[in-house]
Amino acid sequence: MSGFGGFLLRRAVGTVVTLLAISVIVYVVFYATPGNVAQITCGPRCSPEQVHQVAQQLKLDDPLYLRYWHFLEGLIAGQDYSTGTSVEHCSAPCLGLSYQSDRQVMDIILTKLPVSLSLVLGAMVLWLVLGVGTGVLSAWRRGRFTERVLTALTLAGWATPVFVIGLVLMIVVCGELQLLPFPQYVKFTDDPEQWAWNLLLPWLSLALIEAAAFARLTRASMLETLAEDHIRTFRAYGVAERTIVGRHALRGALAPVIALNANNVGSAIGGAVLTETLFGLPGIGQELVHAVNVVDLPVVVGMVLVIGFFVVLANAVADVLYAVADRRVVLT
Amino acid sequence: MSLVQVTDLTVEFGDLRAVDGLSFQLAPGAAVALVGESGSGKSTVASALLGLHRGTGARVGGSIEVAGVDVQEAADEELRRLRGAKAAMVFQDPLSSLDPYYAIGDQIAEVHRVHTRVPRRAARARAVEVLDRVGIPDAARRSRSRPHEFSGGMRQRALIAMALACEPELLIADEPTTALDVTVQAQILDLLHTLREETGMGLLLVTHDVGVAAESVDEVLVMRHGRVVEHGPVGAVLGSPAQSYTRELLGAVPRVDMARAPSQASEEVVLEATALRREFGRGKRAFAAVDDVSLTIHRGETVGIVGESGSGKTTLGRMLVGLLEPTAGEVRHEGHARAGVNPAVQMVFQDPVSSLNPRRSVGESIADPLRARGERDEKQIRGRVTELLERVGLEGAHYDRYPHEFSGGQRQRVGIARALAADPRVIVCDEPVSALDVTTQAQVVALLGELQRELGLALVFVAHDLAVVRQVSDRVAVMRRGRIVESGPADEVYDNPQDPYTKQLLAAVPALDPQVAARRRAARRELTAA
Repeated sequence: MSGFGGFLLRRAVGTVVTLLAISVIVYVVFYATPGNVAQITCGPRCSPEQVHQVAQQLKLDDPLYLRYWHFLEGLIAGQDYSTGTSVEHCSAPCLGLSYQSDRQVMDIILTKLPVSLSLVLGAMVLWLVLGVGTGVLSAWRRGRFTERVLTALTLAGWATPVFVIGLVLMIVVCGELQLLPFPQYVKFTDDPEQWAWNLLLPWLSLALIEAAAFARLTRASMLETLAEDHIRTFRAYGVAERTIVGRHALRGALAPVIALNANNVGSAIGGAVLTETLFGLPGIGQELVHAVNVVDLPVVVGMVLVIGFFVVLANAVADVLYAVADRRVVLT
Repeated sequence: MSLVQVTDLTVEFGDLRAVDGLSFQLAPGAAVALVGESGSGKSTVASALLGLHRGTGARVGGSIEVAGVDVQEAADEELRRLRGAKAAMVFQDPLSSLDPYYAIGDQIAEVHRVHTRVPRRAARARAVEVLDRVGIPDAARRSRSRPHEFSGGMRQRALIAMALACEPELLIADEPTTALDVTVQAQILDLLHTLREETGMGLLLVTHDVGVAAESVDEVLVMRHGRVVEHGPVGAVLGSPAQSYTRELLGAVPRVDMARAPSQASEEVVLEATALRREFGRGKRAFAAVDDVSLTIHRGETVGIVGESGSGKTTLGRMLVGLLEPTAGEVRHEGHARAGVNPAVQMVFQDPVSSLNPRRSVGESIADPLRARGERDEKQIRGRVTELLERVGLEGAHYDRYPHEFSGGQRQRVGIARALAADPRVIVCDEPVSALDVTTQAQVVALLGELQRELGLALVFVAHDLAVVRQVSDRVAVMRRGRIVESGPADEVYDNPQDPYTKQLLAAVPALDPQVAARRRAARRELTAA
C-alpha cells in the first residue's frame, strides 16, 4: 500500500503499538511503587478490615498480568463494575474506574480534555506568531540594534518561569489595571467570548515562554538557510531582500519549527501543570498530578494514554506538514 | 564604450587580500575568461561585478562599471535593477543554486517580474519560452517541476534560462560546468556559445579549467593570488604563454591526446572480478548499479575505470575493496575468494576533506590500519607512520596535526599514506584528484606513479576525467549504465575508440587549442543535427 492512505494506516498501527507499550510501562512502574494503595485509597482513618475490603474490591491482590489483562478487556469489550450497592456498566473503550471517586476514567478525561486543548491550541497560535515573527525579524536584522534587543528579550523570556510571568500578568492586568477579571474557566460552548477573555492571560503566559524557544530556533534556522546557495542566486538577480527573507528563506527554515511545535503541543496538553494550577484551569495536567499523588492507577494510565495519543498525533500532523512544505519529502 | 570596466579592483576579507589591483575591460558582445586555481580570487571578482559583497564585511576598493552603472557608488535600488536585468549570473552548483521548494518556472517568473513588472501570466509564459530556448524538452510541463526532479544538466540549463529571462547585456558564468559530466559540459558550453551568437550578449567566464576557457572565449586573464599574471587573446595565451606560471599551469593540464610511458606490469594476477552485479533498492524500484562486470588486474599495472556520474564506477570500486557485497559474481584476490574487506586491497577516497576524521590528528588516522592489524607498540606505530608521511612527501612532524591545517593536496597525500599503511598489493583510487587544482593534481598523480614503481602496486583508478585517466592508465575500461562498454590498452581505446559512447565521450573533452575546439564544436553540431 502506498500514498496517503498507506501512510495513515501505517501511522495508525504504529500509534496503537506505541500506546500499548506505554500502558504496559505505566502498569509495571506503578506496580513497583512503594506504599499501600488500598490504604491511600480508603483514607487514613480506615480500619484494617476496611482496607482489606477495598483491596479486594479493586482487585489489588491479583497478579500484575491479570490486572493488565482486565484493563485490555475493558478497553476492547467494556466492563461491568460493582460499586458495592449497584453495578455500573462502562462501555468500550473502557479505561476503568477511578479508585478515588468511582467515576469512569473516560468521563474524567472528557471533562478535562477541552480545558487543556483550549489552553494549548490557543497558546500555540500565539507562540507561533510571536516566536516565528521574532525569529525572522532578528535573522533579517542580524548584527543590528533590533536584533540585540530581540535577543535580550527572548533570552529573558526563556529564563523566566511560567508562574512568574503568569503572576506578574495577573497582578498587573487584573489587579492594578483591572482590565480583565481574574481568569476562571468558561466553556467555549457556553460563551465563546468569555471563554477567550478568560483564557487570554493563560495563553499569554504559556506562549511567551514557548515563543522565546521558537524565536531562537527560527533565527538559527533562518540564518542557516540565508547562507545557502539558492539565496545567493536570488540576491544576484535583484530580488528584494524582503522577498528573499519572507518567501525563500522562511520556507526553508520551517522544518525544525514544525518538528519542535509538534513536540511542544503534544507535551503541553498534559504538561502545562503550572499554568493550569496558577490560573485555576481544571485541565489534564492538574488531574494527572493529583492522580499520581493518590496512586489512582486507572486515572494515571488513562491520562498518560491520552497524552501519548496527542504526542503521536501531533507528530503525524507534523510529518504531513513537512511533505506539504517540501515536496521532496515522501510520506512512508 | 565598454560593457565592463574594472580599474584597480581590490577586495579584502579581514586581513586577506583576495583581489589585488585587478583591471580589465569587456567590450559589448565580447567574451573574457578569468582562469586560475582555487584561491586565486576569480570568483570574488565575479561577485564584485554585481556588488554582491555589499553588507558582507568585505572591503572593496577601485572602480567597477557594469553596463553604465557605477557598482561602487550606486544606491541599493540601482544595484538591484542592474542585477539580473543588465548583468545576470550563472553559478557553479546547479543543485544548490535553485530554491528546492518552488517550481522552476515560478522561480524564473519571479526574477522576471522583479525587473519588468509584467503580469504574473506573462512572466510565466516568458519562463516557459526561455526554458524552451535552452533546450528543456516539453518546457510548459517541465516548468512546473521542482529542481530535484531535474538532472544536473537540466538544472544548469534552467539557471541559464533564468539568466536569459530579462535579456541581459552581460552574462557572468562562475564555473558553470564544473559539477557536470563531460558530455553535459560540452552541451552547456555549446549552448552558451549559440546564445551569445544569437543575442550578442557579453560573457565573463570564471573557470579553473583551461580547456573550458579555450572552448568559449576570445580573451583570457590568468589569475594568481588575486593578481593578473597574464592577459591576452585566448590563442596567444594558451598557445605561447609568456609567463612561467601560465606555462606551469598549462603543463599540469592532463592531455587526452598524449600517450604515457607504460608501467612495469607483470603477468601475475592480483585481483580478479568475475560477473559482478550489484543491485540497489527492492521490488519494482530495484536497479542494477553494476551489471555483469569482469575485470582482471595484474601486479604493477594501472587500470583506469572511466565513466560519467551514475555509471556505476564507484560501486564497482567499492566492491573490489570489499566495502560492498556484490549481489552476484565474486572478487578473487590472488586466487582466493574472500568476503568482506581485505587488508591487501586498500582505497583512496575522492574527497580528502570528508574522508579524514576532523577530530583526530592525521597521524592517528594513518595509524588506524596498523592498529586494526593488531600492532600495539606505540613506538613502532609512530615510527611507521612517520616513515609513511615522509614517503608521501609530508613531514614526520605532521603526525600531531589535524586535517584542517592541510591543503587539499596534502590531505590527499594523508589519504594515500593511510592506504599504504596496510602494505596493500592493490589500491583502488576513487576520483582521487577530482577535488584538486590541476597543478596539485599533477603532483598527486606523479606520487601515485612513483609509489607504484617502487612497491609494485596495482592501481585501479576510478575517475570521470578522461584526460587524467589516460595519463595514468595502462588499460582502460569505459563504463556506462553499470556495464563496461569498451575496454583495452589505454592507447587503443583513446586513439581508436570502437564504441559509439566512447567516441561521444572523447568528442566532448574540451580542447586546449581554440581552433581545435571550434572544429570539434562544429562536429558536435553536425552530430546533433543528424
